[in-house]
Amino acid sequence: MATRTESDVTDLDAATGRGAAVVVATGLRRTFGAATVLNGVDLVVGRGEVVALLGSSGSGKSTLLRILAGLDAEADGEVTTNGRVAVVFQEHRLMPWKRVADNVALGLRGADVPERTAAALAEVGLAERTRAWPAELSGGQSQRVAVARALVRQPDLLLLDEPFGALDALTRLKMQALLQRLRLEHGFAALLVTHDVDEALLLADRILILDNGVIAQDVPVTLAHPRAHDRPGFSELRRHLLARLGVPADPDG
Amino acid sequence: MSVTQATAAGTVSGLRGAAVPDSARPRRRTAARRWRRALSPLLIVLVWEAVTRTGLVPDSKLPAPSAVLGAGWRLALDGTLGGHLLDSLTRAAIGLAVGGGLGLVLGAAAGLIRLGDDLIDPPVQMARMLPHLGLVPLLIIWVGIGEPLKISLVALGAFFPVYLNAYAGIRGIDERLVEAARTCGLSALARLRHVVLPGALPSLFLGLRLAFAAGWLSLVVGEQVNAQSGIGFMMMEAREFSQTDVVVLGLLVYALLGLLSDFVLRIAERRALAWRRGLRAT
Ligand SMILES: Nc1ncnc2c1ncn2[C@@H]1O[C@H](COP(=O)(O)OP(=O)(O)OP(=O)(O)O)[C@@H](O)[C@H]1O
Ligand SMILES: [Mg+2]
Repeated sequence: MATRTESDVTDLDAATGRGAAVVVATGLRRTFGAATVLNGVDLVVGRGEVVALLGSSGSGKSTLLRILAGLDAEADGEVTTNGRVAVVFQEHRLMPWKRVADNVALGLRGADVPERTAAALAEVGLAERTRAWPAELSGGQSQRVAVARALVRQPDLLLLDEPFGALDALTRLKMQALLQRLRLEHGFAALLVTHDVDEALLLADRILILDNGVIAQDVPVTLAHPRAHDRPGFSELRRHLLARLGVPADPDG
Repeated sequence: MSVTQATAAGTVSGLRGAAVPDSARPRRRTAARRWRRALSPLLIVLVWEAVTRTGLVPDSKLPAPSAVLGAGWRLALDGTLGGHLLDSLTRAAIGLAVGGGLGLVLGAAAGLIRLGDDLIDPPVQMARMLPHLGLVPLLIIWVGIGEPLKISLVALGAFFPVYLNAYAGIRGIDERLVEAARTCGLSALARLRHVVLPGALPSLFLGLRLAFAAGWLSLVVGEQVNAQSGIGFMMMEAREFSQTDVVVLGLLVYALLGLLSDFVLRIAERRALAWRRGLRAT
C-alpha cells in the first residue's frame, strides 16, 4: 500500500530542493494481476504549478491520478501531499439526488458554506442554477458544477482527469479558458490528465509523458501567455510531443 | 396490475408538466380517456346491482353492492367494524415493522459488508424459495394459533421484498459517486447518509410497496386461522351466520387497505424522489 503523508512545507523543501511542492510521489508501483501498469513513477508538482500528464490510452494516467487522490489502497510507493487536494473526474460525478448547491457544498462545514457555495458557482457562471437538479443540466454545465465543487474547497492541488474530454470542441475551449482564469485568480497547482496535446500546451507549465509505467519525458513549457497555435514555438513543441507519443505530426501542424 | 396503471398515469402527468402551454387538446383527450376508463367498472357495479336486485343472483350467494355498503354503514355505526379494523391494522403494523425492519437491517448488512454478504445472503436466498404462506402448519406448531402466528406471517411476507431490494439497491449504487464523495472528505458514516441511502432509496421504496402487498396477503391468510378479532375474523363469523354482505364487505375493506397504503407510499415516494422527476423532464 502507498504510504500517504501530509507534511509541512519545510520538509518538502528539503526533500525536493525545488521550493515548495504540493505533492511529491516516489516509486509508485501498481499492478493489476499480471499486468504492471505503473512501474516506479516519481513525480513532483510545485506550488501553483500546472502540470499536464500525457500518455496513450491505457498507459495508466487515471491509475496514477487515483493514487495521488488517495483512492487506491493497493498501490505501492510513497505520496506526500502538502495542502488541500480536490479532484475533478472525466464524468461530473454529481449526486443526482442533491441540488446543484448541495452538490457543491458536499462535505463542507461552517456557517459560511452557503456564501462560499454561491461564490464558487458564480465563478463558473452558474449562479442562477443553484436550485437545479443535476439531471437538468447540460454536460458542460454539469462539469462546471464539478469544477465549482472542487474550487469551493480552496485546493492547493487540483487533480483533473480528462475533465473536458467528454465535451464538444467549442465548450472545451471555453472550459480551458475558464480553468486558465480560475488558476490565475486562485493560484492553485494542478495535475491535468489529458489526451489533448493542444490542451496541454495551452494550459501547462510542464508536460509529463507517461510511458511503459514510468515518466518518460518531463518537458517544461516556456511559451508566453496567452498562448495560441500561431505563436512562435507552439507547433515545434507540439510536433515533438506528438512524435514522442508515437503520432506522426501532420506537415502543416 | 395496479402498479402498471400507476406507472402509466405517472408518465402521462410528467409529459403534461413538460409540454408547451398550448397543449389544451391533448390534455382534454387525457381527461376524456380517464372518464372512459372509469366507464366499465361503473357498468359492472350497475349490472351487479341489477342482477342481485332482480333476484337473478340469490342474495345469499352475492348481495347487491348497495346491501354491502348498508352492512358497512351498520357495522361502522355500532363500532364493530372499527374494532376489527383496528385489530387488523395493529397486526399489520407490528408485522411490517418487525419484518421490514429486519429486512432492512440484514439487507443493509449484506449489501455493505462483505462478511455480512457471505454469512447472510446464502440462507436468505434459500429461504426465499419457500412459499411463506405454506409455512402456516409449521408456524402453528412453533408459535401456536394466537396473535404471534398472524404477526409472524405478516413479518415473513414483508421481510423478503425489503431485504432483497435493500440489498440490490445498495449493490446498485455507482461506485464512482462513492469515490467522488471520498474526495470531498466525507467519512464512511457521511457517505452512508449522503450517497448510499439516497442512492438506494428508489429500490427501498419498491421493496416497501411489495412488502405492503405481501403483508396484506399474509394478514388475510393469518386471520382465517382461529382469529378472535380482525377483518378476517369478521368475515369468517359472518360466513357462519350466512351474512354474505358482511363477507363481501370484509373483502372490500381488505382491498381498500391495500389501495390506500399503496397510494400513501406512492405519494411519499414522489416527494422523496423529487430529483428523479428532473430526469424525466429533460
Ligand atoms: N480496476 C482495474 N482492474 C484491472 N485493470 C485495470 C483496472 N484499472 C485500470 N486497469 C488497467 O490499467 C491500465 C491503465 O488504466 P488507466 O485507466 O489508468 O489508463 P489511462 O491512461 O487513464 O487510459 P485512458 O487515457 O484511456 O483513460 C489499463 O490497461 C487498464 O486495463
Ligand atoms: Mg483515464
